[in-house]
Order: sequence, then C-alpha cells, then structure tokens
Amino acid sequence: MTQLLLDRSAPPVPTLDLQRPRLPRWAPVVVLGVSVAGAGLLGLLLGWSLAPMVIVAVLAFIVLLPAWSSVIEGGRAARNRLATALVWSAVGVALAPLVSLLWKVVQYGLPQINGRFLTWSMRNVIGEPGGIFHAIIGTLLITALATAISVPVGLLAAIHLVEYGGTSRVTALVRFLVDVMTGIPSIVAGLFAYALFALIIGPGTQLALGGAVALSLLMVPIVVRSTEEMLKLVPQELREAAYALGAPRWRTIVRVVLPTASGGIITGVTLAIARIIGETAPLLIVCGATDSTNFDVLKGQMASLSVFIYSSYTQTGTHPEILQGMAWGAAFVLIVVVMALNLTARLLGRFLSPRRPR
Amino acid sequence: MATSIDVSDLDVYYGDFLAVQGVTMTIPARSVTALIGPSGCGKSTFLRTLNRMHEVVPGAHVEGKVVVDGQSLYDSAVDPVEVRRHIGMVFQRPNPFPTMSIRDNVLSGLRLNGNAPKGDQADEVAEKALRGANLWDEVKDRLGKPGMSLSGGQQQRLCIARAIAVEPQVLLMDEPCSALDPISTSAIEDLIDELRYDYAIVIVTHNMQQAARVSENTAFFNLAGPGMPGRLVEMSPTRKMFTKPDDPATEAYISGRFG
Repeated sequence: MTQLLLDRSAPPVPTLDLQRPRLPRWAPVVVLGVSVAGAGLLGLLLGWSLAPMVIVAVLAFIVLLPAWSSVIEGGRAARNRLATALVWSAVGVALAPLVSLLWKVVQYGLPQINGRFLTWSMRNVIGEPGGIFHAIIGTLLITALATAISVPVGLLAAIHLVEYGGTSRVTALVRFLVDVMTGIPSIVAGLFAYALFALIIGPGTQLALGGAVALSLLMVPIVVRSTEEMLKLVPQELREAAYALGAPRWRTIVRVVLPTASGGIITGVTLAIARIIGETAPLLIVCGATDSTNFDVLKGQMASLSVFIYSSYTQTGTHPEILQGMAWGAAFVLIVVVMALNLTARLLGRFLSPRRPR
Repeated sequence: MATSIDVSDLDVYYGDFLAVQGVTMTIPARSVTALIGPSGCGKSTFLRTLNRMHEVVPGAHVEGKVVVDGQSLYDSAVDPVEVRRHIGMVFQRPNPFPTMSIRDNVLSGLRLNGNAPKGDQADEVAEKALRGANLWDEVKDRLGKPGMSLSGGQQQRLCIARAIAVEPQVLLMDEPCSALDPISTSAIEDLIDELRYDYAIVIVTHNMQQAARVSENTAFFNLAGPGMPGRLVEMSPTRKMFTKPDDPATEAYISGRFG
C-alpha cells in the first residue's frame, strides 16, 4: 500500500518559473522620501505654503512608485502599487481634517480648563473669564432626559418591528416613517417642539423638557434602526431553542434575545447620544440661552454647551477674546464628553456581548 | 406517566405549499421512533408539527389531528407554550444560549418558564439534568464557564440536558448527530438508549445505521414524486423495516439503491 502512483520513469518537467523581479522592501519609503524632498525643495524655491507642498509630494509619490514598479516588476504589480498608494492617500484625506480639528480644539481649548472654568456659571460675570458649569449641567440634563424618552420608545419600536411585525403593511409603514424621521433637519425638530409647548403651556415658552423632546425626535430613529439591526443578528435558532423549552414569546425576548443583542444595542444607544449631544439649532429655539445655572427641566431657559459655544462667538460683548477663548474651552469639554461616551460604549459592548470561547 | 402520540391524516403547509400529506401514525410511549427518508421529504417538518414548533415559521399551518394524552394539539383551546413544555426538542445544530454559563443554560428552560429553582435546588436540578445527558463528569468543575466554550458534541449534550431539565414527556430530536464526530455521536446514542425508559423519543436521522441501532420503530418518509408533497410510506418495527420491508421503495432506500 505504500506504493504511490508516481511514474518515476517520466522525463523531469522543466522547473516552474515562480520568481519575478521585485522592488526591495524599502522602495516605498525611498520614493516617499524623494517625493517629500522634491516637493519641499520646489516649494521653497517658488515660495509655496505647506498645503501645496503636501499635495505635490503625494501626487509625486502616486506617480513615481508605480512608474518605477512598472519598469522593474511589470504591469500587474505596478497597478497594485498604484491602488495601494491611492488607498493610503484616501485614508490620509479622510483623517487629516479630523486630526486638524482635534489639534485646534486641544490647542485653544485645553488652556482654558481650570477649576473656575468648570464650576462657575456666567451669571454676573462681566469683562473676565467665567465658567461653563451652567452649560455642562444643561447639556447633561437635556441629553439624559432625551435619552430617557428615546430609549424606551426606540427599543420597544424595534422589538415590535423585528419580533412581532413580520411582513405586515403596518410594519413596512413604520419602518418607512422611521427612515424618513432619520432625515428630519434638527431645526425642524426644534420648531416642532417649540410649537408643541407653545400650544400646551403658552406662546414663547422656553424650557429644557422641550429641548429634550426635540432631541428625542432626532434620537428615536437612530435607536430604532440600530436596535433593529442588532435584533436581526440574533440567530432564529436561539428563539426556537427557547420556544422549544416552553418559553412564552415575551420571556424569550427579555431573557434570550435582548441579552444576546445587548452589547450592540448599548453601542447603538451611546452613538445616538453622541450624535445629539452636540445639537445646537433645536436647543437655541426651545431652551434659549441663559447665563445662570438652571436645574429645573420643567421651567425656564437652560444653557447647553453647544448653544454656549454659538452665543459666545456671536454675542461678543465688550471682551470678545475672552468669550471666544471660553467657546474653545467649551468645545474641548464637549468633545471629551463625546469621546468618553464612545469609549464607554465600546467597553460595554465588549463586556456585554455574548461570551465566546476563550 | 407514559405519553404516546397519535397522528391522524395530517397535512402540513407552508403558506399554500403542501409539504407533507396524509400522515397517520402512532408514536408509542417509552420507546424510540426513528424518522428516515431522503432530504426534503418532510421528516423535520413533520417532527416540528408534534410540538407546534412548525407554526413559528410565518404562514405555516397544519390540517388533521395530533392527539397527545387524549388532547388534540391543534385544538383552539390548546396553548402552544404549554405543549412545548411537555414536548421538548433538540435541534440539528447545537444552540446553547451564548449569554449564559453552562449551569444557566441547563436551568434556562425552568427560568424561561417562570419557575426558577433557587440555591441548592437549582444545583440539584442542574446536576441531575447534566448527569442525565452524560455530561456531568466533563463539566462539573466549570459550570460557570460559558456554554459556548464546550466542544460541538458537548454543546449538543448540553442542549439535551437543557431539554430534559424541564422534564418533558416526549423528546423530539432533529438530526441531533449530523454536526458531530463519531465519538460524540456514539455518546449521544448511548444517551438515547438510557433516555428511552423515561421518554417517548422521536429522532430524525439520515444515518440508517443510527436508526437501526437506536430505534424500536422506524417510519420511512418519501416524496410522492418530484414537486409533490412528502408522505409516510411505511412504519414498522425497526427490525422488520431493515430486514423485510413491506414497500419496495423502502427497501430501495435502505439498501442504498434509491431512485
């Protein structure tokens, strides 16, 4: 049985030609260096600013590396090098504004942060730096309230769509309306909430609850869609397993489906919060702007970070540079809050997602 | 308590599509009944009608009668949830709940029914079910580990432990070994051999030797023809089925000369 079916008397086949000339591993680095040096030299000679130099350097790299490659390595490898260079350039184009934005906010915002900035309001502060305590409290209260409204509504709507809706017309209509709601301009949501409370309480009413209602109009569709996608990912087999054990449908949903999807749902909710926490337009209309700290969501104007940033830049007063500096500081705080939320979402998602074999 | 199932003239539909037609059979208590037949002939579909899992699929419904313990399963007064508490099911692919530990998986049936045992009692229930599924010795030191951390065969026995923890009268098994290696398969077959004294077991299998090894009675399903509904060709004691079946189609299928 050890005799394998090999005909050893056959003449030896010519060796396979598997090797191709390749550029050395350091080729891209060298080309990048040459491109940067060339563009820099040209820029210095012609007196360019930084931006055109970078653009020329990138373009030179995109042209030079494939050209060199096509001479040495041939057509397919050259196209591969070109595509790789284009992809990396696209990544750079996408990241550059983000990095630049973060850098500017940190550069101007970070020096503003101190105890006074975080614990004072702007009440009776004239001609000196005050604090943004009132705006932080406002943002946190309004966002928390909007979340408290949106999460139950969004979660239950998504459960209805996935678990009970089936393929009925009502489900299709709800899903369509949710999609439409995703596209509502935030200013329209603000006007709606303003009009709603003008009808209920009286014209000209400004209160934090109204802002929360406006924000939840923006948040509900995001929560519904992300939760729906997560629930759809739960395998049908798990539901059947629960049914086969004699579990009623609602208990199957509460104890099997929701826990399995919990990581994704929480991530979705947190991203929805991050999306609305920086909304300005609706809050400007419904919550107004104030210099005082207001803890009462049912009465009176309430400040928020986004509106504070806006009004600090537009209503400059006697010392515009002070207020503008504070706006940068508030922007920094807002970004830190959003990043903290994102980080929390990731950690929760990792912690709560179904336990995999380790 | 010994529960047998009487099926009479059962037609099974998916929407307008008639999948299985005119099945009449009696599934005896305290024994193993094997359902065999080519793919797509409606064995699994038929199996799922026995504990009303069939209707989980939208548009699926049945006509005819399934009588368990003197009660017609498809009577309008019958609660499908109650039916499934007494007629458990093990699926083709092991499907432990991914968010739960081994212990919680075993207890999940009781918890999902709303009568969760507490403390020592829960430990007893879990140990009894895991011993019943021949899994206790392998997992007793890691009951808190996730159910998904087990091997495929262990996961399937965990699913069996989960099913028998709610103490059903009947256990339906839909190709429980098709995703398993021969050693795990053998473990499950030994288990079926022990469970037959307490439960009526109905097992769908593609493995003829398995049907011959584990079952007292065998039912052969076949399509009446291409595009036609599946039907029950014959049902006999397994020994007779595999030696001198009544129907020539059965013999052709069993001996591998099919079609």
